[in-house]
Amino acid sequence: MIKIENLVKRFGDKVAVAGISFTVDEGEIVGFLGPNGAGKTTTMSMLTGYLSSTEGVATINGINILEDPIEAKKQIGYLPEFPPLYLEMTVKEYLNFIYDLKSCTLNREKHLKEICDTVKITDVYNRVIRNLSKGYRQRVGIAQALVGNPKVIIFDEPTVGLDPKQIIEIRNLIKDLGRNHTVILSTHILPEVQAVCDRIIIINKGKIVANEKTENIDELFSGSRRLCLKVCGPAKDILNAIRSVTGVAYAEIIGSSDLDSTSFLVESMPGVDIRKMLFNAIVSRGWTMIGFESMGANLEDIFVSVVDQPEPNVGKKRKSVRKG
Amino acid sequence: MFAIYKRELRSYFISPIGYIFVAVYLAVSGIIFSICTLNAGQDSSVATYFMMLLYMFIIALPLLTMKLFADEKKARTEQLLLTSPVSLMGMVAAKFFAAYTIFAGTYLVSCINFIALYNYGTPNTAVLFGSSVALLLVGGACISVGVFISSLTENQLIAALATIVVILFFMMTSALNSYIDSALIRSVLNWVSIFERFSNFAYGYFDINAIVYYASISFAFLFLTVRVYEKRRWS
Repeated sequence: MIKIENLVKRFGDKVAVAGISFTVDEGEIVGFLGPNGAGKTTTMSMLTGYLSSTEGVATINGINILEDPIEAKKQIGYLPEFPPLYLEMTVKEYLNFIYDLKSCTLNREKHLKEICDTVKITDVYNRVIRNLSKGYRQRVGIAQALVGNPKVIIFDEPTVGLDPKQIIEIRNLIKDLGRNHTVILSTHILPEVQAVCDRIIIINKGKIVANEKTENIDELFSGSRRLCLKVCGPAKDILNAIRSVTGVAYAEIIGSSDLDSTSFLVESMPGVDIRKMLFNAIVSRGWTMIGFESMGANLEDIFVSVVDQPEPNVGKKRKSVRKG
Repeated sequence: MFAIYKRELRSYFISPIGYIFVAVYLAVSGIIFSICTLNAGQDSSVATYFMMLLYMFIIALPLLTMKLFADEKKARTEQLLLTSPVSLMGMVAAKFFAAYTIFAGTYLVSCINFIALYNYGTPNTAVLFGSSVALLLVGGACISVGVFISSLTENQLIAALATIVVILFFMMTSALNSYIDSALIRSVLNWVSIFERFSNFAYGYFDINAIVYYASISFAFLFLTVRVYEKRRWS
């Protein structure tokens, strides 16, 4: 559906996007993740035809965005970082304007009503956008992207500035959209991606550093498994027993509680499942295990580890990269 | 493209700027007409009237154009237009014609002034018509300059002031003549001057060269505006 090949964007001698390639299949929800200035917005701008690429090709549904921009743009609904709203218009006028702007052929009344129901703005339909709250404005922005029922929907940080309830609503909305649309979602809020996306692409300093299915992404970066144990018994002996289990790479005491129990952090060697052996080692010595928790690296750890990796050829040259 | 035109046209009358333009234009042109034609007692001569209108354009037309792109940039709606299935040319043309519609419409209304001439004198219809055509083209050139300058900044005030300066330059270069010795420079200044060329019309001569010149300025600046956006995309 979306195919990006070796996309490069230079602003003068600053490299904002340094040759990234990925594909997004139809009906997929892809999370585009990266620290500020990583090149997320720049990539999206190139994908939507707002900026041109210095090198490389972006095709949407087989249409090259530079060769046939008008046809390609028809396939895309885009919510930029700042929702592009005409504050002096009412929601109704605004959506009708978008409808005309995109030269839609769907039934106007019906289509706009459906969109308003989907993003829940029916009750503010006749109000002037200037008077709407941030959450409603954001939703009008989303509604704008949905007009014309585009095949591809691109959201740039859609939940910024919303309250927790609204964030959950928007996330659910995006999930729903994923059933009929291909969605790209850029954000630096990690739980959001985990909650919504089928696949995660992490970008840093203009390069893709990870491109994995959401459920696989933990394993990719944490070959070793981390466990938290709570055991009743003499702490020192237990620690020694844990360390003697084959496959344990590291173990330490991380605390004790009044129940005469001690908490241990245990890290396995990469690719070894030590859970059974660990349990048996404790129980066979007559100690009681009252807690056993797998700590699987969370997205934050992954994010930090991936983003902090030194990249000698890219990192040093540029001091400041334009907000990406 | 038509959607942008329609929205732009409406926005003039959502904010006060459209009303202000129409009201001020009609009032000032009426006053000029009374003073320069009716009270001057020069029978039906409209030469001074048309020349004075040009002076008014210098201030009035930037009012129409200052917001066109500057406002979009400030409100971040520019991105919407540039990622919509509309060509750059279409976008620029839509905005130009929206401003032009207001201007030309107001001018046509101000033609009521001429009724007085027909009632009490014998105006030369050909001169009125020729001058009107030229005036509408000069207006187009000024608006086109304004469109271009508005695309360069996100501050409406700067857009308006810069437009005034540029239009002033185009209008008035011939006024510098008396300070310049070089005949070559003088002829260049005369050639550029919108004002100098316009005087032909006011005195009854339909100058095709001038028509082409005005239209060229309009096209040139609209083209430059498109280039501004293309350049931004490619830079």
